Amino acid sequence: MPKDDLKTAYRLVGTRPNRPDGLDKVTGRARYGADISAPGMLHAAVVRSPHAHARIIRIDASKALALDGVKAVITRADFPTGLTGEDWNLQENTLAGDVALYDGHAVAAVAATSKLLAQDAARLVEVEYEVLPHVIDVDAAMQPDAPVIRAGTADHSVPEGMHPNVVKYIEFGHGDLEAGFAEADLVRAQSYKTEATHQGYIEPHACLGQMGADGKGEMWVCTQGQWYIRRMCSAVLGTEASQLRVTPSEIGGGFGGKTTIFMEPLALALSRKAGGRPVKLVMSRAEVLRATGPTASASMDVKMGMKVDGTITAASVNFRMQGGAFIGSSPVGEALSCALACYTVPAVFHQGYEVLANRPKAAAYRAPGSPMAAFAVESLLDEMCHELGLDPLAVRLKNAAREGAKASYGPTYNRIGLVETLEATMAHANLKVPLGPNQGRGAAAGFWFNHGGETSVSLAIGEDGTVTVSVGTPDVGGSRASLGMMTAETLGIAYESVRVNIVETGALGVNEPTHGSRATFASGLAAVEAAKQAIAQMCARAAAEWGIDAEAVEWLDGAAVPAGPNAGKFPPMSIAEIGAKMGSTGGPISGHHEVTAGGVGASFGAHVVDVEVDPETGRTTVLRYLVVQDAGRAIHPAYVEGQYQGGAVQGIGWALNEEYVYGADGRLQNAVFLDYRIPVASDLPMIDTVIVEVPNPGHPYGVRGVGETGITPPLPALANAIAAATGVRLRSLPMSPPKVLAAIKANARG
Amino acid sequence: MSKIHVSTTVNGDAVEFLADPRDTLLDCLRDQLGLTGTKEGCGTGDCGACSVQLDGVLVCSCLVLGAEAEGKTVATVEGLSNGPDLHPLQRKFIEHAALQCGFCTPGILVAANALLTQNPDPTEVEVRYWLAGNLCRCTGYDKIIRAVMDAGAEMRGTH
Repeated sequence: MPKDDLKTAYRLVGTRPNRPDGLDKVTGRARYGADISAPGMLHAAVVRSPHAHARIIRIDASKALALDGVKAVITRADFPTGLTGEDWNLQENTLAGDVALYDGHAVAAVAATSKLLAQDAARLVEVEYEVLPHVIDVDAAMQPDAPVIRAGTADHSVPEGMHPNVVKYIEFGHGDLEAGFAEADLVRAQSYKTEATHQGYIEPHACLGQMGADGKGEMWVCTQGQWYIRRMCSAVLGTEASQLRVTPSEIGGGFGGKTTIFMEPLALALSRKAGGRPVKLVMSRAEVLRATGPTASASMDVKMGMKVDGTITAASVNFRMQGGAFIGSSPVGEALSCALACYTVPAVFHQGYEVLANRPKAAAYRAPGSPMAAFAVESLLDEMCHELGLDPLAVRLKNAAREGAKASYGPTYNRIGLVETLEATMAHANLKVPLGPNQGRGAAAGFWFNHGGETSVSLAIGEDGTVTVSVGTPDVGGSRASLGMMTAETLGIAYESVRVNIVETGALGVNEPTHGSRATFASGLAAVEAAKQAIAQMCARAAAEWGIDAEAVEWLDGAAVPAGPNAGKFPPMSIAEIGAKMGSTGGPISGHHEVTAGGVGASFGAHVVDVEVDPETGRTTVLRYLVVQDAGRAIHPAYVEGQYQGGAVQGIGWALNEEYVYGADGRLQNAVFLDYRIPVASDLPMIDTVIVEVPNPGHPYGVRGVGETGITPPLPALANAIAAATGVRLRSLPMSPPKVLAAIKANARG
Repeated sequence: MSKIHVSTTVNGDAVEFLADPRDTLLDCLRDQLGLTGTKEGCGTGDCGACSVQLDGVLVCSCLVLGAEAEGKTVATVEGLSNGPDLHPLQRKFIEHAALQCGFCTPGILVAANALLTQNPDPTEVEVRYWLAGNLCRCTGYDKIIRAVMDAGAEMRGTH
């Protein structure tokens, strides 16, 4: 087990042991959402709107119900009424009421004795629609002539006179903006657009749900958060949360898209209607792309003032985002908060509008809002640096946010590592590689808040001194390993002597999902505290046996020992000895910690990419890619690198290729992986990583959380590299070959 | 619709099942034979999560009908290890942290095994192009490519 960081005194933290779930995952034994079945199980299929916006006139399920083996059909009439706020949004998105709001919106669901039969029956459900005018683009949805998607949705924040599709307005800032721009030597303003992209997890949503007429139910589901599933399903169905027991399966990727419900209440409602038989519901890829995820699309203006020495004097941003037909689904607030978070700027002003459009209800996607904001701000910053003849990375360092600085979004930063991150970036060998013709280098910085959140962890000492840890945060990328390492480190025992289980909703207090880069941070913090509780009890047991004060015992290398020579002379009492006799020394020994975790440490990153752009096709090839990011402390460096690499590649896909393509009829035209093309192995080089470690003082091992920041810099870094390679600045994503080629040709024509 | 009786060999075992004429081989492996290690990510042959070998040929089992397996041999991820002894690819994937969520892993292991069988010493570019039909959304492929190259080296005995 090589140690990555010899500076620390840690025994396990910073090493790279095998993950505990590795064997199951390489042998095919790991069970994901669609991998289990139950006796008497039915299969479900969903009827979806083929229209972007249509009134539902009539649903006739008689032909479907006439098929042998069809056990239940449900429509919105099977759900309670009177929900409000986000609960109503969730119910409406689960199953349309009067109006289908986007292509793929569910309108009915069927349960039958086989998958094929359910699909056949779904096709026999007749739905009569009155097609309504629709709008897809965020700017178009704000125009006076845009169709109104749902009048009366807007909250009180929206200024008078705006289109009813504008449902939320946010503004904040500090400093004297006009004075800041007046002080600048160069002021530039530009507009940017990004298209919606999907999280693109390879595992489609899948669940197995059972509910009886008494409202008691169980669910097996691929999710980032079993308690969210429980609460949301219960709200939508009008049942009590505690009566629903939700067990998370292994999860085949989520990236934020599995923090909410899409079709889970359908399985439960079908089960209830079919007399309590379990119902399995598995989405197709087309359903995933049409009706789950995606992220918002954005239209953004940025204005920035800079002195000739690179000092940023003022900046303002104005963002418009659509997150589908539901208020509160776009990450416009987060986008504004992230936009200028990397820099200390004396005067900043942010304005944002949330806009409804006939698109699926947006879900969280890795650092929600931050990538779009970074695309706009970091692109303009790069352009201005080149106009002033300045090194863009040096300008970023000059303006970098530091400890004690007031963040652009309000709070004061505690210890952060942006300066160290930028310095490590500028020193990297990749920046010295000479570039050839049609090649260019681009850099960008990125930010994510990270998150603590509601967390509950239990830990129990076994009869042989081994340890079980129960956590509520599903393992999306190796967190069982990092949590086991921190627990073993704290207890002074072997990594292999700890088993970390992801447990169901009945086994712990409420946990938020694995979101906000919080699993290793918050569940880790709670596991360490739980371990310390257990240690205190074990020291007390030893003290009682030795007949000395509990304070006279300390914990060392997995054993209770007398604290110094005055405590008496006793041989160490190991965790195995204490565990073996705990029944007769006071009973089971466990530790428990629950907290809404504070002490969050933001994570900053910087990326540098070299590209070659083919001037004849407009195709961009990524030649080399560097990710530098502050992890606080990398508990398991291999999985930290994995987060950096995976985030970067999702960002590369967003920058170069991925987009939701809509026809004039408002239907999604690329709802398969062949056409919604995520990066494949042959598109990419190795992704170089540097883990910067500026420990977070708010975590016992210094963890910050590393999952999200990495998707943020690629969008602008690629735009900056393409500009360097071609002399052409692209301000809308994706920078796909046809778009790049058209820009090159337009530039050549002058 | 009456079902079709299929006799085939899966991971060396003779098996029989009844397939609806519309059932894919993937459906039959998962639902009839309980071999859920093979995954469905798209159902259209674009993601490679359902990769198996059919008479030694790498295929997407979602694009093969169950009835087509009659008289053939099928190799899935469940057959990759030899009892408790993992295949070098399986070991290297764990050692290199080449999986995060693990959902694409079975298909990638099967595809990589097919590659190393016919090309024991592939270049990085060859590995990348061979695996271009296997989507992974978590890793950015870096550690997957390293694990496959390292497994190849071990199998060639050049460690």
